Amino acid sequence: MSGIQESVIIRTVVRIIVPFIQLFALYVIMHGASGPGGGFQGGVIFGAAIILYAMIFGIGEGKKKMSDALDKILASTGLTIYAATGLICIVCGGMFLQYGAVPLIPDNPAEVSKYLIDLVEIGIGITVLAVMISLFFNVSPPESEPEEAEE
Amino acid sequence: MKTLALFVVVITGAMLIYAGQDLPAFGDINSPAYQAPMTQYFIENALPESGVTNIVTALLANYRGYDTLGETAVIFTAGMAVILLLRRRET
Repeated sequence: MSGIQESVIIRTVVRIIVPFIQLFALYVIMHGASGPGGGFQGGVIFGAAIILYAMIFGIGEGKKKMSDALDKILASTGLTIYAATGLICIVCGGMFLQYGAVPLIPDNPAEVSKYLIDLVEIGIGITVLAVMISLFFNVSPPESEPEEAEE
Repeated sequence: MKTLALFVVVITGAMLIYAGQDLPAFGDINSPAYQAPMTQYFIENALPESGVTNIVTALLANYRGYDTLGETAVIFTAGMAVILLLRRRET
């Protein structure tokens, strides 16, 4: 355990601030349709929150929050959401990713397009956050076993 | 070897700076990007057609949705490759 992880101040601040970072990430994803932001940025921010948690409380604690299996499932889920949105448009008689073809709201393709763009952004966000977290967990050095025994 | 690397970097940087002189000024109304007919179409129709209030998102997720799907697939593939190559076997 390095010095930075023992600091009570840092552990307390991180514990308080992580939910707010996650909330901000959700805001950035959902705000993508009406301002700066979007799936890529929001996903990275959400991933950064989990990475910050894992840096301070240890990789093992981080993996309890976000296991490798969950990572893989989320990464493929996000991409599937995106591709499925495109395929739904085909099923409804449009072209691939032609959002207006989905008869969700009658006679208003622009409204439908708005909500499906949000759905697509959510898919992007899920994939990006899962990939970010799995990159961090897989590249970080393994926790040495004797130190864990001391705790 | 380091001298050669420095030489290559300096030459490349000089070429980029030289080429950068020809770029249109920021916000230049006469630049080709502003004059292109597609730009006019997007500025006029992107918001009403896609329902969102951000032209960037309208282009990214609607007109270039296929491209963005590819980008997401690239990120997904990169992540899976890292997991496959760098994953530690459970001890």
